[in-house]
Amino acid sequence: MIIEALIAITFVASMAVLLAPDEWAGRLAAALSLLPVAGSLYMWSRFDATGNALTGGDLAFETMIPWLELGGYTINWHVGVDGIGLPLVVLTTVLTTLAIVSAWTPIDDRQSQFYGLMLFMEANLLGVFTALDFFVWFVFWEAVLLPMYFLIGVWGGPRRKYAAIKFFVYTNVASLAMFIGFVALVFGLGDSVSSLDMPAIAQALRAGELGSLYGIPAATLRSVAFVAMFLGFAVKVPVVPFHTWLPDAHVEAPSPVSVMLAGVLLKMGTYALLRFNFTMLPETATAFVVPIALIAVVSVIYGAMLALAQQDLKRIVAYSSVSSMGYVILGLVAYTTYGVGGATFQMIAHGLISGLMFMSVGVIYNATHTRMVGDMSGMADRMPVTVGILVAGAFGYMGLPLMAGFAGEFFIFKGAFASTVHAAMPLFTAVAMFGIVVVAGYLLFAMQRTLFGSFRLETDYEVGPAALHETAPLAVLLATIILLGVAPDLFFGMIQDAVDPLLDFGGDLS
Amino acid sequence: MPIQTQLPTWTAVAPTLLLGLTALVLFLADSIDPDSTRPTALAGISVLGSVAALAVAGWFLLAGTGQEGGAIELYGGSLVVDGLSLFFTVLFASVAAMVSLASYDYLRGHAYQAEFYSLVMLAATGMSLMGSAGSLATVFVSLELASLPSYALVAFLKDNRGSVEAGLKYFLVGAVSSAVFVFGISLVYAATGSLLLSDVAGAIGSAGDLVGIAGVGVVMIAGGFAFKTASVPFHFWAPEAYEGAPAPISAFLSSASKAAGFAVAFRVFAVAFPIESVVPMGIDWPLLFAVLAVITMTVGNFAAATQENVKRMLAYSSVGHAGYALIGLAALSGGGPNGNVMGASMAHLLVYGFMNTGAFLFIAMVEHWEVGRTFEDYNGLATRAPVACLAMTVFMFSLAGLPPFGGFLSKYALFYGAIQGGFWWLAAVGAINSALSLFYYSRVVKAMWIEDPSGSFDLGSTPLGLYAAVMVAAVGTLLLLPAFGPVVETAQSAATALFA
Repeated sequence: MIIEALIAITFVASMAVLLAPDEWAGRLAAALSLLPVAGSLYMWSRFDATGNALTGGDLAFETMIPWLELGGYTINWHVGVDGIGLPLVVLTTVLTTLAIVSAWTPIDDRQSQFYGLMLFMEANLLGVFTALDFFVWFVFWEAVLLPMYFLIGVWGGPRRKYAAIKFFVYTNVASLAMFIGFVALVFGLGDSVSSLDMPAIAQALRAGELGSLYGIPAATLRSVAFVAMFLGFAVKVPVVPFHTWLPDAHVEAPSPVSVMLAGVLLKMGTYALLRFNFTMLPETATAFVVPIALIAVVSVIYGAMLALAQQDLKRIVAYSSVSSMGYVILGLVAYTTYGVGGATFQMIAHGLISGLMFMSVGVIYNATHTRMVGDMSGMADRMPVTVGILVAGAFGYMGLPLMAGFAGEFFIFKGAFASTVHAAMPLFTAVAMFGIVVVAGYLLFAMQRTLFGSFRLETDYEVGPAALHETAPLAVLLATIILLGVAPDLFFGMIQDAVDPLLDFGGDLS
Repeated sequence: MPIQTQLPTWTAVAPTLLLGLTALVLFLADSIDPDSTRPTALAGISVLGSVAALAVAGWFLLAGTGQEGGAIELYGGSLVVDGLSLFFTVLFASVAAMVSLASYDYLRGHAYQAEFYSLVMLAATGMSLMGSAGSLATVFVSLELASLPSYALVAFLKDNRGSVEAGLKYFLVGAVSSAVFVFGISLVYAATGSLLLSDVAGAIGSAGDLVGIAGVGVVMIAGGFAFKTASVPFHFWAPEAYEGAPAPISAFLSSASKAAGFAVAFRVFAVAFPIESVVPMGIDWPLLFAVLAVITMTVGNFAAATQENVKRMLAYSSVGHAGYALIGLAALSGGGPNGNVMGASMAHLLVYGFMNTGAFLFIAMVEHWEVGRTFEDYNGLATRAPVACLAMTVFMFSLAGLPPFGGFLSKYALFYGAIQGGFWWLAAVGAINSALSLFYYSRVVKAMWIEDPSGSFDLGSTPLGLYAAVMVAAVGTLLLLPAFGPVVETAQSAATALFA
């Protein structure tokens, strides 16, 4: 019942913080958010599962309670974690706490509501990464949108209303497309499933029990549903060309919210792609390998190019997410242990690194009230610690060995090169690897202009070292990034255990 | 052990009697102290009475009264107590309790408070009877018992021109609808020779030459229900009445009264005009309701999207929701899973009872604060009243059908039931309308939370009763998500019993 406890504690904490007075809402939220952190670390220390939640094998901390029955389909409260879900749960809890602490400085209005919403979002994110019944999962999935809508719309920058609505509309329409695609599959399975249980559905689909629906043959139904679900999740990831909501949302959102958005919310998209598209319909995924890999490569290169062209530090980091998530898609479509496992690992690594980048850009913005590359230079003179961490994070982004980003990208490239799903995969991988060069380019270019050289700032603010509560979350993140870079097996072993059964399908791999 | 073997049969209508008794106690209290300046006692009696009715109805429902071993019939079948009537009585009593609780603050300083509460209770009694009506005569009488107090309640603010005008309009449309309705009953009587629903069902198949007359009668009866449920084309009174009426009464009418209309429509059409026998005769009432459902949803939603006044927006959205609930009648077919879709419609009405009542009560609170009525007046309200605005946000998103609120599941169950019955196009129209509704519901949320305050608020004191009622509705809306399983199962088994 530890998963239920984790979700319930976070919900209750969000309500408590919402009702708390503004003066100490931030402290209370940080203190309460340590409970889910402790819980998730406990889960990690006691984690014992050998298998994939959807395709069989042991599952950790599983609960399954019948909830309701609708027209012949049972809906259960079914939660549990495997080696794919657990790292994301840990990422969510840790990043939420750090984001809350990093919000103490910039958020000075309606604090109790802000922190209450952050915790409310955390509770739903935990639900997304642990729920194994489609209906329960969808409730959590949609419920994440609501707090994010408010967090951008209330506390965001000048164009916050536009950004919030755009985010809401894009992702909501995407969810609808996904929902229709998935429900078509469930109906197509007919009598072979009697519940909306994701493992049951995944196993039935992998066993090829899909029938025709309203006269649509199974093969067409599979392709259409795959595309509908892919579109739904691709918006969330986001990949080119569905990425346009992301820079708006990121630039307008306050930094701690950007941390959550880039660090965890984007992972919902790739996590769902892995769980739904790539686990449930592997044959269709291998049939679509060329368009998917193309989308991944375009996202990598085009996202990096866009980042190169930006003048706003936050926009640079935002577009770099498009690029990094492209690697994740490439790893997923490779269908090798290292590809899919590396993609999962990269989700964690990117969550930590982009969190670090957004957070440190936020610290600089709190001090200077500008994010424009042209407005500042030589920040290293005034904020040496922050800048040091930012540079370290940027190196992590570029894939410097012994940092989490290197491990993730290395696994993905190794897996993608070895992939046999399509003859062109090595070519796609080679092109995608070129993205690393561009990443290094825009990061070094931006840092060289803003951080180094002689100090100059085109605002009226006096700039000094950041406060301890601003630096501490950065330090924790950096330490975690290095820890995972040095010892990727902290997570990679369990990820591999969960990924291996997923690759074992009878389909045509060539 | 079924309960009817232990208690005399008449006790089966105890929930209804409790509501009626509360009205009489209120009259008594008024005659003892006609100039009462202590509204606490009156509101207290009213809340207690409706909670007692709610408790008894809930107990009967759980104990299986009228469900195991068939419906309990009283007065030769003129009154029927079964799962359907108890389910709806729970709904009416919950809404009546919330409305009474909220009226305590809303009525502060008004004259005729005892009359107000007893009219509410009488209307609730009438609604509860509508749910139990087993003959067209009791249908008509109970419908009038529910309607007459409602006319007076809408016009209750007699110094307010809008209120009186709304009351008059409601009364005139209501009188015409009653006439149409009772004429429809007489035509059905002419064709079948009976008013008892079960006898009508038996006789209508052999109506012979009189089938045309019976058909006209069915259409006219449907018109009467369309009025009561504020469905197109008899919906014109609704926005005016809901806007002009005191806000707690708008809540009462748009959720409880509407649900009462559906309660009786479900029973009359499912029991008296069985699809298997009337559709082959050419009386295709499911088709009639399908057309009504589509038009009602669309008209209600488009009209709601163009409003500037929040209460009016809610009024039109209430018309839209009547369209969703109509799916329960429209997606019926001979031999299909009829109980599922009708039960889903009932469950949606129960969830709607909480979320819609809550939304109107929030408006009552805003009226109490004298904030204003348009979306712009709501700008930045959350900075002053965050918890109340949180509750309103729950209502709005739940009405729009977003997770994780009760409205999501009830709409899901409803559309799902329609698809199961083969009416995927009805579900599609419903889903599109539902997506459209997010536009105007989120305008309220956006105004409250995201827009900057356009003026300064002077909210004054917190109205305790209203606040409590809004919170009860919000908690109810939230709890109906995890608790939806038993609710929909109860509703579906109650609905399935009608088709047995």
